[in-house]
Amino acid sequence: MTDRYVIEDRAQNTFSLSREALVSPAVLEKEHRAIFDRCWIYVGHASELAQPGDFRTRQVAGRPVIFCRDKAGVIRALLNSCRHRGTTVCREREGNARQFMCMYHGWTYETDGALKNVPGPEAYGAAFDKRKFGLVPVPRFEHYRDFYFACFDRLAPPLVDYLAGAKEYIDLVVDQSPSGRMEIIAGVQEYDVKANWKLLVENSVDDYHLPTVHTTWLNYMKNAGVNVRPPKEEGLLLPSKGWGKDLGNGHLTTDNVNFRGRPVARWISIYGEDAKADIDAIRRELVARLGEERAARIADTNRNLIVFPNLALNDGSSVTVRTFFPIAPDRMRVTAWCLGPSEETPAQRARRLDAFLTFYGPGGFATPDDVAALEAVQQGLAAWREVGWSDMSRGMAKPADAQLNTDEGHMRVFWRRWSELMDRAG
Amino acid sequence: MSGRRNVARATREEVEDFLYREAALLDAWRLDEWLALTTADCGYYVPPNEKPDADHRSTLFTVADNHARLVERVKRLKDPSAHAEYPPSRTRRMISNVHITGGDSDTIEVAANFVVYRFRRDDDRRAFVGHYRYKLRRENGVLKIAERRAILDSEELGALGAVSFIL
Repeated sequence: MTDRYVIEDRAQNTFSLSREALVSPAVLEKEHRAIFDRCWIYVGHASELAQPGDFRTRQVAGRPVIFCRDKAGVIRALLNSCRHRGTTVCREREGNARQFMCMYHGWTYETDGALKNVPGPEAYGAAFDKRKFGLVPVPRFEHYRDFYFACFDRLAPPLVDYLAGAKEYIDLVVDQSPSGRMEIIAGVQEYDVKANWKLLVENSVDDYHLPTVHTTWLNYMKNAGVNVRPPKEEGLLLPSKGWGKDLGNGHLTTDNVNFRGRPVARWISIYGEDAKADIDAIRRELVARLGEERAARIADTNRNLIVFPNLALNDGSSVTVRTFFPIAPDRMRVTAWCLGPSEETPAQRARRLDAFLTFYGPGGFATPDDVAALEAVQQGLAAWREVGWSDMSRGMAKPADAQLNTDEGHMRVFWRRWSELMDRAG
Repeated sequence: MSGRRNVARATREEVEDFLYREAALLDAWRLDEWLALTTADCGYYVPPNEKPDADHRSTLFTVADNHARLVERVKRLKDPSAHAEYPPSRTRRMISNVHITGGDSDTIEVAANFVVYRFRRDDDRRAFVGHYRYKLRRENGVLKIAERRAILDSEELGALGAVSFIL
């Protein structure tokens, strides 16, 4: 046993991560308290609740949550647990509800959580106050540009402060919509990976692995006419240059010169000849609305953002919103959606979805190999008692602002924050 | 009634033989021969578990390959760098409840149930359960796959993980 999971020596440029942090049930138990009960955790997107009464049920940091829009149009996150005896009062995945009725004894709640009706109320006596028995909302619930987060720590800072530098990178995604309204597209990908959840944080932003893990995807891109040869500049492993960045509060991102196709707004042959004019039009709209520089910033870079601890926004071949929770030290449940501008035409939407599947998801050309890599890591970690430490020092000899996407500087940002919060929990 | 004479014809026996042959090729990873069973405009789809009837143009699928993408998928799966399927999974497909559900002058619509067991070293047995919807077409008298839809019954992929082989 060690009390320190992350050991950093800035003089020697070493950064060592205890593998126990990736296998231990005790660490996971502590993470629930130190990380998931303290940080802002992604719940869902406003676009998933178009109409009053719309709801989605999901697990958020181990709690059953009803993410819903009440009759007055207010978006809420209610704990899905009857105040009577605990039953989940909403058992459907999604839908539109006039009320939530518990199937056990029939306690009925309004869509804002207020207790509406209790069968046989006379048995409770005069002191029974229905106003005290509404569904309990998550303690804190705030949004940034339609991304809704819950926090189970009442004393946490406001979401906009918590997000720190991540806001700028969320803006780069949301500004792709002319009206600033992005939407979650129907169809969710929910799959388990037999690996520790933190390995997916790393993997989401680890561009060092691209040439080895994603050889077949790079070949596919090459067959589509994309130049996948690294430039001559020393030290570059990828077809274009990119950086790994610290956004504060444990958030981090890659920030890369784009080389791959992007629905906004970089054409590749996979999209088809007839898409060229349309992609040009998307680009012109960006330039007209935001100016050349900002349009180029959005369209000509691709970025994988981690909002600490477990939200990834990957703005690459399409935009994926991906969140993941630990089920066990060696297993996580991943939930992923595709995000797109709400104004997209049917043809643009179809192109975005198609582009998504070139890379992402459990049937994509890249994600399954990431899953295989993480599961192989987890298998190797079983030797943690003898092979106790992982090395995370890549790029450390360079200044903080010179960290490439193929270095590990941005991953160290995550681990430092993780370590700090774990230490703070005692 | 002239349309009636033009309805593409096949017996269930012929369709069953075809599906069993297809399953055997996939289980044996004879992917080029499997690809030869598809038409040049063949689509292969795995809809999202919770929206099995959705359209891939407006809904995020697990797989939505046109023929060009399918050719690339086969290339990928034959490459030892397709780590998710190297070494290749062992699979065993059980195809049943085959029936011809409709069609038109050149298409035969077929439905069938499947269980695809998938085995990998150091991994649990995974059972993919669902049904296929095929559109078959004759080319020079030979049945070909014009569309292939593998619809999973589980509420989410969950413990099935990735769909990295051809389902």
